[in-house]
Amino acid sequence: MLDDLTFDLAGGKVTGLLGPSGCGKTTLMRVLVGVQVITAGTVTVLGLPAGHPRLRARVGYATQAPAVYTDLTLSENLRYFGTVLGLRGRSLAEAIAATVARLDLGGLDRRLVGTFSGGQLARAGLAVALLGRPDLLVLDEPTVGLDPVLRRDLWSLFHRLAADGTSLLVSSHVMDEAARCDNLLFMREGRFLAEAPPTEILRQTGAPDLESAFLALAAPAPQQVQR
Amino acid sequence: MNGETRVTQGFSPVLAGATARRVLTQLRHDPRTIAMMVAVPAVLMILLRYVVSDSLLLNRVAPEYIGVFPFVIMFIVAAITTQRERATGTLERLMAMPLGKLDLLAGYGIAFGLMACVQVALVLLVSLTWLGVTVPGSAVPMAVVAVLDAILGMACGLFASAFARTEFQAVQFMPAFVLPQALLCGLIVSRDHMTTVLRWLSDILPLSYAVDAMQRITASASWTSATSGDVAIILAFTVAALVGGALTLRRRTP
Repeated sequence: MLDDLTFDLAGGKVTGLLGPSGCGKTTLMRVLVGVQVITAGTVTVLGLPAGHPRLRARVGYATQAPAVYTDLTLSENLRYFGTVLGLRGRSLAEAIAATVARLDLGGLDRRLVGTFSGGQLARAGLAVALLGRPDLLVLDEPTVGLDPVLRRDLWSLFHRLAADGTSLLVSSHVMDEAARCDNLLFMREGRFLAEAPPTEILRQTGAPDLESAFLALAAPAPQQVQR
Repeated sequence: MNGETRVTQGFSPVLAGATARRVLTQLRHDPRTIAMMVAVPAVLMILLRYVVSDSLLLNRVAPEYIGVFPFVIMFIVAAITTQRERATGTLERLMAMPLGKLDLLAGYGIAFGLMACVQVALVLLVSLTWLGVTVPGSAVPMAVVAVLDAILGMACGLFASAFARTEFQAVQFMPAFVLPQALLCGLIVSRDHMTTVLRWLSDILPLSYAVDAMQRITASASWTSATSGDVAIILAFTVAALVGGALTLRRRTP
C-alpha cells in the first residue's frame, strides 16, 4: 500500500498531508499511531518505534469518523478517555474544562453526543485527541464537510497548538486547505510527490496555486516527459 | 504536561474500573435495554410456569432454564456491544491509547457481571416466591451458578464478536452459536439419552455443564463434588473464551 516513504515531521509545525481519496493518507496515519499492521520498514515517532506503549499517551489521534460513544454525554466521553490517558482527579477535570473551551463546546457537556450536529460531533472527536495534551497530533481529515467558519476556527486552533509546541499532521483531500499548512506532504498512489512548505512548492513548480502545483507534480506535462 | 506516560502492557484495576463504569453509563442512558436485560428472564420463567402447569415437572425444569436464559441474553448483549465498539472506531481509538486489552475485557466482565447479578436476583425472586419453585436447601448455589452462566455467556459473546464483520452477523451468531447448545445441553432431551455422537458434541459445549450443575443442585440439598466439577468447567470455558477474546482483539489491524 505505502511505498518507500521517508519524511521527518517538523516539531511545533502544522504539516498537511494532501492527496486524493485512497492514496494512502489514512494508512500512513494509522502506521504513525501504531494501529496498522506493518509488513516491512521502520517508523520512528518521537524517538521510539511507532506504536510503542510509551507513545500511546503522547500521540493524539482522531479518525475520520468521530470515534466517540454516541450513547454517552460529552463529559462522560471525555472523563473515560481522559482516565485511559492517565489523567486523574483535578488534572482530569482541568484537562476536560480546557479542551471543552478550546473547541468551543461549552454548554454541550451534559448532552448525549448522539444528539450533536455534524460539526459538534467532529469537534467532540477532536476533543478526545487533544485531551491528553499530546506532543504529536495526528488528525485524519478533521475539517471535511464542516462549515467554513468552523473550518477557519479549527485551523487557527491547529496553529495555536503548534505555537505551544505540538506537532500536527493533518490530512485533507481539499487543496484549498494546503495553503494553511506550514509544511506540505503531497501524496499520490502511496508515494510522496513533494515535501516542502507551500511557498517552496509554488516556487519550484512555477504553478499559480497549489492545486496546479499538485497536478504538475502528479503528471508532468507531455513535453517534459519527452525530454 | 505528560508526567503520566505510564507503560500499561499488563492490567490496571483503575482502567478496568473506568471501562466498567463507562459500559454501565452507556446502559444507563438506554433504560429500555436495561429493562429487557433484567426482566426478560423473569418474564420467560413466568411463561414457563404456565406452559408447564405440573408443579413437580416445573420444579425439575425451572432451575435448568434459570441457568440458560441469562447465558443467552448476555451472549447477545456482549456480542453486539463489542461489535459496535469495533464498527464505530472507538476500539481503534482505545487501542491507540494506553489501555491494555485485559483492562477492556475485565471492564466488560465487571459491568456485565453486575448486570447478571441483578438479572439473576430478579429471576430467582420471581421463581422462588411467586411461581413456587422449590429448591432443596439454600438458593445461594443456584444463584452462584446462574451468575456464572451469565458471565460465561458474556465471555462467549465477546469471543464470537471477533468473527462478526457487521452487527447483522453478530445478531446471527445467536442462533448459530447458542441454539445448537440449547438443543444439546440436556434441556429438551436428557444428555444420557443421546446417541454417542450427540453426547460427544454435547460434552464439548459449555452450556451442557450449566444445565448439569443446575440438575445436581435440584437433586441434592448439599453442594457435591460433582457440582464443583461442573462449576470448574464453566469457569474454565469462561477463561478460555476471555483469552480467546483477548487474542482476537488486535491492537494493529490491516
